[in-house]
Amino acid sequence: MSEQSRLEIWKTYKIYIGGQFPRTESGRSYAVKNAAGKTIANVCQSSRKDVRDAVSAARAAWGGWSNRSGFNRGQILYRIAEMLEGRKKQIKDELIAQGYTSAVATREINLSIDRLIYYAGWCDKYQSLFSSVNPVASAHYNFSVPEPMGVVGLLAPQKAPLLGVISLMAPCIAGGNTCLILANQEQPLAAVSFAEVLNSSDVPGGVVNILTGYQEELTDWICAHLDVNAVVCYEQGELDWQKMQEKGASHVKRMFRWPATQLYAQGGQSPYLIMDLQEIKTTWHPVQTIAGSGGAY
Amino acid sequence: MAKKKKWDYSPAPESKQPAAISRRYELFINGKWQQPTSGSYFSSINPATEEKLSEIAAANEADVNKAVQSARLAYEKYWKKITPAERGKYIFRIARIMQERARELAVTETMDGGKPIRESRDFDIPTAANHFFYYAGWADKLDFAFPNKKASALGVAGQITPWNFPLLMAAWKIAPALATGNTVVLKPAETTSLTTLKLAEIIQEADLPPGVVNIITGAGQTGALLTKHMDINKIAFTGSTEVGKIIQRTLAGSQKKLTLELGGKGANIIFEDAPIDQAVEGVINGIFFNQGHVCCAGSRLYVQESIAKIFIKKLKDRIGTLLVGDPLDKNTDIGAINSAQQLKTIQSYIKIGKAEGASFYESDCALPKKGYFCRPSLFTNVAQSNRIAQEEIFGPVLCILTFRTDDEVIEKANNSPYGLSAGVWTDKGSRIFNISKRIRAGVIWANSYNLFDPTSPFGGYKESGFGREGGLQGLQPYVQLS
Repeated sequence: MSEQSRLEIWKTYKIYIGGQFPRTESGRSYAVKNAAGKTIANVCQSSRKDVRDAVSAARAAWGGWSNRSGFNRGQILYRIAEMLEGRKKQIKDELIAQGYTSAVATREINLSIDRLIYYAGWCDKYQSLFSSVNPVASAHYNFSVPEPMGVVGLLAPQKAPLLGVISLMAPCIAGGNTCLILANQEQPLAAVSFAEVLNSSDVPGGVVNILTGYQEELTDWICAHLDVNAVVCYEQGELDWQKMQEKGASHVKRMFRWPATQLYAQGGQSPYLIMDLQEIKTTWHPVQTIAGSGGAY
Repeated sequence: MAKKKKWDYSPAPESKQPAAISRRYELFINGKWQQPTSGSYFSSINPATEEKLSEIAAANEADVNKAVQSARLAYEKYWKKITPAERGKYIFRIARIMQERARELAVTETMDGGKPIRESRDFDIPTAANHFFYYAGWADKLDFAFPNKKASALGVAGQITPWNFPLLMAAWKIAPALATGNTVVLKPAETTSLTTLKLAEIIQEADLPPGVVNIITGAGQTGALLTKHMDINKIAFTGSTEVGKIIQRTLAGSQKKLTLELGGKGANIIFEDAPIDQAVEGVINGIFFNQGHVCCAGSRLYVQESIAKIFIKKLKDRIGTLLVGDPLDKNTDIGAINSAQQLKTIQSYIKIGKAEGASFYESDCALPKKGYFCRPSLFTNVAQSNRIAQEEIFGPVLCILTFRTDDEVIEKANNSPYGLSAGVWTDKGSRIFNISKRIRAGVIWANSYNLFDPTSPFGGYKESGFGREGGLQGLQPYVQLS
């Protein structure tokens, strides 16, 4: 049979929860269209319950992920970049199908891979930079270290369908957090394909969960969820930032809005973004004072 | 019950005379003492005697506006323009004058808030002065604090402090704000304004440019006006989680930077290999320090089952020796409850605990006839889900629970919406590192409890708030980085 007459296999774009690819529990979908208005795929229209399942999966994965060594997290982030490199063509085709030029799509993917490498390198370094041994005026040893915040909700911007996801995810998981990501609503295909990259990159199931769906429907549930410790989005008009913060205030959630203008620039990556999603823990312990203080030892 | 040895101490009262409390205090705005627009004043009461100490101006909206305006003007006109090194020298001055007036501040703090003079003299006042001294030195060294970034001031900081450590909390707020180049409007809690007003006198004496620090007094309403003010760049609040959430909601959608230091229900964990007598002292200090009016108090005690019986017995014995009474007496361990309202809250929690089925034990000490006092007490047979194990009582009431394994106590300790502090007592170093890493709280005291230092960052996880006060990390909430 010639290539022309062969019937193509279309891909089913599903969501990514706990290392698996279920459909939304709601059984709903919405159409993703190309520039010409033709439907190119149906994706899951996730529900509040999918958010709940994603948060549960992220929480279950948190203990293990946050306890991995920085070195090991760095290896895994590097592995994600390697896998993404191998999937370049597929994701590029998806970006082009959604209206990107070849050059812009290539740039988007290359920046995304390089950003993963950037954060892979930070995994075992930011701790040294932002820790301190504090010279308290009593006989105690006292030190402060950054620790991951917990489960983080990430709202991808309505541009940069791949780079947006990676710029949020990488500093989050580099710092030992787990997350759920709500993909770009109109252009979710790259995010779903990226979930397949994650699934083959030694990232434990549940560390990153990716949902597709309507931003307006799901944002409130993510911001109000009691087991989500922090939410990050980019500055963008579609989001009601005030309402999001009000929802988050019900349980002192940490709310961050990163400048969208920097997404493609050098400022779009920084150890300070890792630190946004860290808590500082200070530990004290007494120091013995009964020996060695007088002599020239 | 074994017969108790009675220890009698002769009274050793500190003189009230050094306090030199004025009959009336006005608002400190733009470097001057100004009468409130409202024309109204409220009384400050000595909780140990129920006597009126002074009357204090109540700031209304017009006063808040005036204070913020003066802070803005001072920021533009003076504070932004002087060199960081000069800024630091002003802060050093404040620290020095506080040290010089330490006795006056300590006696005032004890009379106004009810805490034992031993604590205000040896902890509150020196630590407050040291905090200014510490941050003064940072003023011209900010370039070293944030690698690869330039730190600049935010502008005007609105600050609200609680009644449990009035002067110390004012220091925690004002010192880093000034060091990073911000100007300040601060509102102390209405039951304990006096030492903050004396700090205003000190700031005046230190000759700071007018308006760099403004102190406005009043109740919660005054604080709410401050948080809503449009010309403020930063809010720092220490107080209850309930009010913290309201402030976070108020600030939603605004550009104001926020730090919250809120409530806690600190888990104090005792393993069977801990040095038991030291741990008993640590638990006593953890819950009865400052009458238990401490957000990081070790109010949830987890004792390993194998030593629970002996540990609880030793605790009960020790509670019997605590001296409750006149806060000005140098022997006093537990002073007066800060206000009639707080005493009522504590008593209602004791009732709740009894109704929940927990066993109540309290010291049999006599209480003074006048004033707001509460015996040190503890609950045993407490369930993890009991309200007294979940909610902050903010008084001298300890809840005791038990555990068997490390995993169990990690899970129980973290089963709380709060995450401010925890203690862990064990002889095993590797266990300390493991447990202290897994407890979701901002401050962990290992084989110790309730220690504070200007160089040591303090602040919470989860519903205990966000942002840090103290140390290098305490600078960040007051700067923008570029």
